[in-house]
Amino acid sequence: MHLLTLEGMKAEEITVLLDSAQSFLEVLDRPIPKVPALRGKTVAMMFFEPSTRTRLSFDRAAKALSADTLSFSPSGSSISKGESLKDTAKTVLAMGPDLMVVRHKATGAPWRVADWTGIPVVNAGDGAHQHPTQGLLDALAIRQRFGALDGLHIGILGDIRHSRVARSDIDVFTALGAKVTLIAPRTLLPPTLDSWTVETAPDLDGLLEDLDVLYTLRIQQERGAESGFPSVAEYVKRFGVTSDRANRLKPEAVVLHPGPMNRGVEIAASVADGPRSLVTTQVRNGVAVRMAVLFSLLGGEQ
Amino acid sequence: MTNSILVQGGLVMTANGPTAADVLVEDGVVAQVGPDLTGDTLVDASGCWVGPSFVDLHVHLREPGQEWKEDVASGSAAAAAGGFGAVVAMPNTTPAIDSGYLAQHIANRGAEVGLCDVFVAGAITEGRAGKALAHLDDLWDAGVRIFSDDGGSVADAGLLRRAMEYLEARGGIIAQHAEDSGLAAGGHMHEGVISSQLGIAGLPSIAEEVIIARDIQLVELTGCRYHVQHVSTAGSMALVAAAKEKGLAVTAEVCPHHLALDHTLVLGMSGSAKMYPPLRDESDVAALVAGLRSGVIDCVATDHAPHSANEKEVPFEEAPRGVIGLETAAGVVNDAVGLEPRTFFERMSVAPAKILGAAAHGQWIDPGVVGNLVVFDPTEEWVVPRHGVSRSSNTPWAGKTLTGRVQLTMLNGIVTYQKATS
Repeated sequence: MHLLTLEGMKAEEITVLLDSAQSFLEVLDRPIPKVPALRGKTVAMMFFEPSTRTRLSFDRAAKALSADTLSFSPSGSSISKGESLKDTAKTVLAMGPDLMVVRHKATGAPWRVADWTGIPVVNAGDGAHQHPTQGLLDALAIRQRFGALDGLHIGILGDIRHSRVARSDIDVFTALGAKVTLIAPRTLLPPTLDSWTVETAPDLDGLLEDLDVLYTLRIQQERGAESGFPSVAEYVKRFGVTSDRANRLKPEAVVLHPGPMNRGVEIAASVADGPRSLVTTQVRNGVAVRMAVLFSLLGGEQ
Repeated sequence: MTNSILVQGGLVMTANGPTAADVLVEDGVVAQVGPDLTGDTLVDASGCWVGPSFVDLHVHLREPGQEWKEDVASGSAAAAAGGFGAVVAMPNTTPAIDSGYLAQHIANRGAEVGLCDVFVAGAITEGRAGKALAHLDDLWDAGVRIFSDDGGSVADAGLLRRAMEYLEARGGIIAQHAEDSGLAAGGHMHEGVISSQLGIAGLPSIAEEVIIARDIQLVELTGCRYHVQHVSTAGSMALVAAAKEKGLAVTAEVCPHHLALDHTLVLGMSGSAKMYPPLRDESDVAALVAGLRSGVIDCVATDHAPHSANEKEVPFEEAPRGVIGLETAAGVVNDAVGLEPRTFFERMSVAPAKILGAAAHGQWIDPGVVGNLVVFDPTEEWVVPRHGVSRSSNTPWAGKTLTGRVQLTMLNGIVTYQKATS
């Protein structure tokens, strides 16, 4: 009915979605990359927070399935005039969409929209909580490279505390059998990791030779005094994915980043554009994963 | 001229302990307590506890400035429905109650409404801004005995020391909402397993505890009476217990929701799970229940904090803080803590009345005391209505079943609430 979180999702369910995404990738390779699977359906894009890639990706996915899309931008809309989330959701609902894609800066907002509207909702990122389609596309990129996630050692590096990507990634990576190590200063880890099936490391250097996958998160420099580290220079010195560090990874190891990247901060340009980088694969997978998700929620009715 | 009211067949909380007896209330006072009395109007109290009406040291009546949430009239009616005879209105109104005329105005409004005695807490600092002392003498002359910048702490220890020194000689009470603004910055819920999972910034227990620890040091220095508002952590409890052991003039209250609920409620992401201090973890709940039983925590206070439905019907992080509590307090405490009747009335009435210095309240039911009493059935199961007497409905107990219900409330011998007979 919805895709709100990856928490608790079973490996089998994940695999079904990833397999479906893999087959939609083939659709995207066709001369006419479009199928009529969701013709007549309307997908409402409810992005209450700025977004470029996720929004474009959902839009592309919906259109590749021949669905129509409705969208608004938060600035210059009724949102900037103080309309409540509930009223906006009800207003858009009255226009007859079949599904809503919701991004909001507050945790749980997509759940509230699901309660208020009664139609399928896809969480496109809520607060620092979940970003399920990102988790799935990341898992797909890793699976494509290694065949499976089972037994891989994946390091997630950076601002895990404030990252919805990290939470969804941890859920999907561990569900598929990977070992996950969080690499961050204490200030960028969640206050407690009780009940999290992860390990932690206070530094990147001691771990490089052991990782199959290094997942680098964006440093949120706009957080200023609450950024959790004394200066960008100090962060880069201890945690930046530099060429030197990338060279110490296993030969087959890969580097991922959810974007947008701060080149030269959490990741060096030479690494982002280098042979280990799966960044463009991630973006491409994003469209296919979102096709798979939209199809799984809307396609069965036909 | 006055109709006498006979409360028949209850378990009456007399100074000598609970006694099966009738209570005759006449001319505003308890005239007789004993077997087989007669009176004009009969109230059946069989199976019920008859004790002094409850006293709440911590409510938000939202007047002046936020009357769409609550006002003195609607809040007094909710208080009466919850068995309360006296409430203390917090000063975080718009404008803040930092002057005598404002405090007097609210007390007068309470008297006009006449459903419960409305006492007023005055701000400690001007405008609750934490910069300069409020008009403390002026407030005192208007009858204010409890001072609080509730909604936030007085962060400046120097300023708080001056307030304590100023009030100490008169016996005034500093009541602190203990929350260090730096440690609590940006937080929306208890910092712990659930907040980490949800990615919501936390309000750590330590944010409450560092303020209480600091303040107790200031109490030791100044000798001022000090009351900890809404104690929510096991650590805070331990600090209060240690202060009491030292013989310091420290008292503490606990909210019903902190005795009954923990932070897992936030997983439902409802605005009714949001309040400051936040719902803590289950070990804190157990410690608070034990503290109320033992008396380390002196009393229950609701922190009744009304908000309208549209303000609360938003994502959790955007919801205003606070839940209402007047109408459910007795049922929740009875349900969650299960106190013996005498202790129940100690914590709900006698102790808070004593802290407040409200002589007409918290008196055991014996001939001659003012007719401020409540009839409470500790065994009645009832479903909390989605919309009660308060103007607002932001309670986590809406639609839930509680055991223990107020049947009748009397203020100065006049019935202010009687449960509708079904």
